[in-house]
Amino acid sequence: MAEFWDGGYAYYATALLLVIGLYAILVKRNLVKKLIGLNIVQAAIILMWVASATRPDATVPVLDTHGEQGKQVVDATDYLNPLPHTLMLTAIVVGVATTGVAFALLISIYRRYGTLDEAELLEQMRGEPQ
Amino acid sequence: MTPHLPLLIPLVLLVAALLAPLVGIVRYTWVYRLALVAVAVDAGVALWGLAEVVDGGTMTYRLAGWQPPIGIEFVLDPLSAFFSAVIATVALIVMVGARAMVVEELPRKEVPFFTTVLLMLAGFQGIVLTGDLFNLFVFLEIAALAGYALVAVGERASPLAAFRYLLVGATGASLYLLGLWFIYNLTGSLNMRDVAAILPGSWDNPALAIGLSLMIVGIGVKMALFPLHGWLPDAYTQAPSATTALMAPIGTKVGAYVLIRLLVFVFGGPLVTDELPVADVVMWLSAIGIIYGSILAIAQRELKRMLAYSSVAQVGYIGLGIGLANPVALIGAVLHVVNHAVMKGALFLVAGTMRARLGHSDIGRIDAAVTRKLPWTMAAFTVAALSMIGIPPTAGFFSKWYLTSGAVDRGLWIMVVVIMVSSLLNAVYFFRVLERGYLRHDDDESLDAVVRDEAPPAMLAPTIVLAVGILALGVFNAVLVNGVLDLIPPAGW
Repeated sequence: MAEFWDGGYAYYATALLLVIGLYAILVKRNLVKKLIGLNIVQAAIILMWVASATRPDATVPVLDTHGEQGKQVVDATDYLNPLPHTLMLTAIVVGVATTGVAFALLISIYRRYGTLDEAELLEQMRGEPQ
Repeated sequence: MTPHLPLLIPLVLLVAALLAPLVGIVRYTWVYRLALVAVAVDAGVALWGLAEVVDGGTMTYRLAGWQPPIGIEFVLDPLSAFFSAVIATVALIVMVGARAMVVEELPRKEVPFFTTVLLMLAGFQGIVLTGDLFNLFVFLEIAALAGYALVAVGERASPLAAFRYLLVGATGASLYLLGLWFIYNLTGSLNMRDVAAILPGSWDNPALAIGLSLMIVGIGVKMALFPLHGWLPDAYTQAPSATTALMAPIGTKVGAYVLIRLLVFVFGGPLVTDELPVADVVMWLSAIGIIYGSILAIAQRELKRMLAYSSVAQVGYIGLGIGLANPVALIGAVLHVVNHAVMKGALFLVAGTMRARLGHSDIGRIDAAVTRKLPWTMAAFTVAALSMIGIPPTAGFFSKWYLTSGAVDRGLWIMVVVIMVSSLLNAVYFFRVLERGYLRHDDDESLDAVVRDEAPPAMLAPTIVLAVGILALGVFNAVLVNGVLDLIPPAGW
């Protein structure tokens, strides 16, 4: 059991975060809370990518040519994997843009219906013609 | 010029999308012209690319000169060239008619509307042309975000429909990203061809199964594959007619493209058919979706909503062709992509024309007087409806023919039954409209008193062009299949 947990804490934590986010999207009735759930899901996946880039005793991937003379040969295992970080920078931008559009939609919904509660919205829409 | 084709196709639209607001500051009527010219140039470039690929084979473009596994690669192969040509051509035809609908439904909103349309189309072309799995996610979100905005400017309930679409769509994209995490950690690469070459070594790894399933679910949302179609009917019904006419023909097809790209080219034949029967799952879900969408379409009383449910069924045909996992069915699926794009474009343009001319598109209020008013529009509707049912020589018959042949090749007679039953259901819901439009007349008022009030030429022309296109695609389908589509299925599928 111990070895199941060992070395994977980050993944178990992010998996838990993912489930919390999905729960909020599916179960919460308030649309803002659903959006928060979506943000939690996105954050969990971003953390998952970033966590997989770590390596024990590794440093930031900046090539330092002024170091010790004997350390001129670059050893890839000394460095973190930079690719997931750059990818997630893009994913964060996408997530922020999504949240921005979602807020604009929520403001528009609130102006038209005066509520962001899903049940109340459905109640109001039932009275309208299709 | 020619070596830059793979990049030029999305770049033309992206640059136009950035220029459009600036042009709008100077004179806002110029924005529509800019958008139309950009899409026309793009269609020309895409068709040129298709011709080059058919003659000279696959073209690749390395962004900033980086070698493929490290840098991002744009690939113009028969599949992507065909899809980008379909997207640009159908978008161009619909764009001609879109202006009248935008002026009608969204007065003084041309600048933001057409800027967002260009952005969405750029996203679609990017999805189709990129050869990098992460880059695909970025383009997927560019197209989706523009799509949410375009849906949200419609009727009173449209922001809610758009928000639900956003919630489902963004969750789907996140699941795709999570699936990609498994694939990346398994292979260490994001380049599609590189991943396809590395994967066969790790077939027994459970991470592959999880990653593949998550990616398929994420794409299934974008494609509106049953049971992930929930966002589609509300979004298509509430959106402005111009949005629906642009999104319905090509939006879900781009999702279908990604599914084909992933299952057929990245993960490849034996893996998705024998090792992990993903193709079978897609096939059965599509079959259920075909029947379910057709039955719900019968129950609808509003034309746009009926067409939206019919889209769920039609996406099912494409999924069925992918899931049957043989070359004939795949050709049927790709042929159905172009056929359905042309048919649905025509049908939604007709629905938009009705809203502009009659002020409604309720099926219950369509009668012979409508046909009297809009004779050409109803004629185009009839051709598209016959094609949806699958009556020769319209285009719809031939894609169903290839799909049925694929099902027979697999020995899956149940799928033949599904296609036949759904054709009958299609007949029920389209003949219901045609019967009202041509034979029924409820009012006491004489039909002779009804004045002909056809749509303006800018709206009528694209509808007629698409209707003629349906017949042309049907009659000349052999040219298309032998010349282009035969090149698509890779060896071993």
